[in-house]
Amino acid sequence: MTVETLVVFIPLMPLLAFFAIVLFTHRNNAVSHWLALIGAGLAWLLSMVVFGRAIQTEDLSQHPFAAAIQWLPTGSTGLEIGIQIDPLSAVTLFFVAWTVLMIFIYSIGYHNFGQPKGEHDRPGLPPHGAEIQDAHGHKHRVPSIEPMYARFFALISLFAFAMFLLVVTDNLLTLYVGWEIMGLCSYLLIGFWYGKESARNAMIKAFLTTRVGDVFMLLGLAALYSLTGTLNYQAILNNPVVLNGLASANSPLAGISWAGLIGILLFVGTIGKSAQFPLHIWLPDAMEGPTPVSAMIHAATMVSAGVYLVIRFFPLLSTGWDGHHLTLPMLLMGGIGAFTALFAATIALAQNDIKRVLAYSTISQLGYMIAALGVGAYVAAAFHLITHAFFKALLFLGSGSVIHGMEHGVLHTGEKIDPQNMLFMGGLRHKMPITFWTFLAGGLALSGFPLITAGFWSKDEILSGAYASGQLLIFWVLALAALLTAFYTMRQITLTFLGKPRSQSAEHAQESRPVMTAPLVVLSFFAITVGWVGIPQYFPLIGGILPNWFEEFVGSMLLSPAEKAHHSLLPLITSLVVALGGLLLGWLAYRKVFQPFDPLEKPLGGVYTLLRNKYYVDEIYQWAFIRPARWLAETLTDRWLDRTIIDGVLHSLGNFGMWLGKTLRQWIDLPVINGAGDLTASGTRNIGTYLRSLQSGRVQLYATVGLGLVAAVAILIYFLWVIG
Amino acid sequence: MIPIAWYLIFSAALFCIGLFGALARKNAVAILMGIELMLNAVNVNLIAFWHYYAQIHSRPYVHGLAFTTMVFVVAAAEVAVGLALVISAYRRRQTPVVDELTLLKG
Repeated sequence: MTVETLVVFIPLMPLLAFFAIVLFTHRNNAVSHWLALIGAGLAWLLSMVVFGRAIQTEDLSQHPFAAAIQWLPTGSTGLEIGIQIDPLSAVTLFFVAWTVLMIFIYSIGYHNFGQPKGEHDRPGLPPHGAEIQDAHGHKHRVPSIEPMYARFFALISLFAFAMFLLVVTDNLLTLYVGWEIMGLCSYLLIGFWYGKESARNAMIKAFLTTRVGDVFMLLGLAALYSLTGTLNYQAILNNPVVLNGLASANSPLAGISWAGLIGILLFVGTIGKSAQFPLHIWLPDAMEGPTPVSAMIHAATMVSAGVYLVIRFFPLLSTGWDGHHLTLPMLLMGGIGAFTALFAATIALAQNDIKRVLAYSTISQLGYMIAALGVGAYVAAAFHLITHAFFKALLFLGSGSVIHGMEHGVLHTGEKIDPQNMLFMGGLRHKMPITFWTFLAGGLALSGFPLITAGFWSKDEILSGAYASGQLLIFWVLALAALLTAFYTMRQITLTFLGKPRSQSAEHAQESRPVMTAPLVVLSFFAITVGWVGIPQYFPLIGGILPNWFEEFVGSMLLSPAEKAHHSLLPLITSLVVALGGLLLGWLAYRKVFQPFDPLEKPLGGVYTLLRNKYYVDEIYQWAFIRPARWLAETLTDRWLDRTIIDGVLHSLGNFGMWLGKTLRQWIDLPVINGAGDLTASGTRNIGTYLRSLQSGRVQLYATVGLGLVAAVAILIYFLWVIG
Repeated sequence: MIPIAWYLIFSAALFCIGLFGALARKNAVAILMGIELMLNAVNVNLIAFWHYYAQIHSRPYVHGLAFTTMVFVVAAAEVAVGLALVISAYRRRQTPVVDELTLLKG
């Protein structure tokens, strides 16, 4: 089989699994998860084969694996559907396949496969736990299996299909299809436990917020298609004629070229999908879903899709960029990315929910990637995308494992605490050693611990890229964000794993099953090693020992590779200082927490409250958008327009009709028509009543009457004719 | 020759007796008899008119006789059916009185 055929099969496998589970096996949990696993496993295998072939192919960026067939004929042009594997999609495929497979395996354990059914469990709510009796007659409460187990695997299979589709496709339209299917899956999986009101609200919030971005993206897509007549990547992005044409054509918005406008519109799609300010609000709430979903959708893959889009369209976004003056979309990306990176990092400082910290750190790291693209650090952005996917999937799965362990403790002790609140944890490193070490690897990668972790290399590249581009403001903002990242990561690790247990439940926490810890180990391997493929040449001492394969491979995607930046030691020193300094500060601040109370809450005072409440962005949106929208809907449209004016007109029309009808009835219908009808009837009846007395049934009377009549007629005839 | 008026007066008297019998008698058989009387009064009329008509025209016409014969036949048939009806009604109602046979009362 050619490699193109293999690529076609990658997204098909999870799709087949989805349909098989939904249509046939949804009543059988074991068969369902095996189907999902086989689908993801085959997709993984094919991805690895394709990836292996891709990295051995010379000049892949100019001659990617591609195949296409006609899809939608549209007048003189036509849309094609097809696949394309170039260096960027190859590396994306690599991390997507790995994280998806690991998360699938992890989900089996997370949803308590093999545990008894809970007595009070019902679909739409997280399992409450079941009571079992052991051999000695003691009763225990143990975790119970998820009531909608098969449904979960069906949905994440569909999700995996959409992500693979988005990665292997060769045009923007199919990418958009995958993008929207993921939006749907995200909606369904955030609201997986739809019995909880918070989950229902979160699912709607996520769907609507990302939709804002999607609409703009669709506009950009339509503009691109109407101007170029194609949506194929190669035809647009690898074609200087098209790019320059777009860059020189003026759009309806004054002063912006079409390339700039389309770039901005596509970027707004990314803002929605990758949760950048100001559309970041959905992602923290998306943590209402089961933890594998948080890992998969809201850390490793779906939010990556937004960054993937802007990396993919970087040639368009940067048309006209000469290496010094940023284009408008780049400026926008640099600004929003850097701001989001810092903004989300500060919020993460004051969150106590273990998953929410990670959610804000995801937003922050995505902002990093966007900012990297904004300053033109194309390879660094792609690099950070991949390293981040691995360590963030790891961190989320690790946090899920922690929550699971805590839930075990909660079930055991019967304490009434939130098993996700870090303040009630502590000392878990003894109880959950595998989770601790893997989480530590992920956490250090996130904070950019020097040399050994993947996060350091990618983050360092972004910082040096920002410095080299001359955008010093962005550089310093990113450096500050990196400091805060290291700080809150250490806070999280310290509160969760170090010190002493701060609750009964934490004391009784238990390490998760191997089916959950094995994916953690695999992901932590990548969280460390993946960085080594991109060690820059200029790095002191160790630079050049391992070739900077990643930059060569992915960097070949650009038509004109950015000129090698002038290297300086300042960004390197900065990234070392912020990473180590942040970690140290975090450890110092949180190592002596013995009560479930944040030691920074008092000294920071109002700032802490502000951060705790996420800068009140949700409240501002509530006030600025939702309340006006509700007012518009309830008061203006419903009460005034609808019920007063339209209903008023309709009611008066109705009343007039009623009046007219009553009048006509009273004056015409009742007297004339009914009267005539009744008169006919009653007259006939009266005549009948009179006449029936004649009908006596006595024949002789009839004969007598007849005789009398004949006599009368005879007399009449006699007087009229005979005499007259 | 007997003037025709005598025949006609006799016939009229006979007819009135029959009419009275048909209207006033209660017994169905007597009513039938009254009807027979009226038919025969008509026959008398027919024969009388035929006789004078033939004599005036001095021609041997027979249509008056034929007409009367037809009336006899019809009367005989009528009596046969009428008596059968009366007997049938008597068998059902145990009465020959027509005032009690008021099924057709409205």
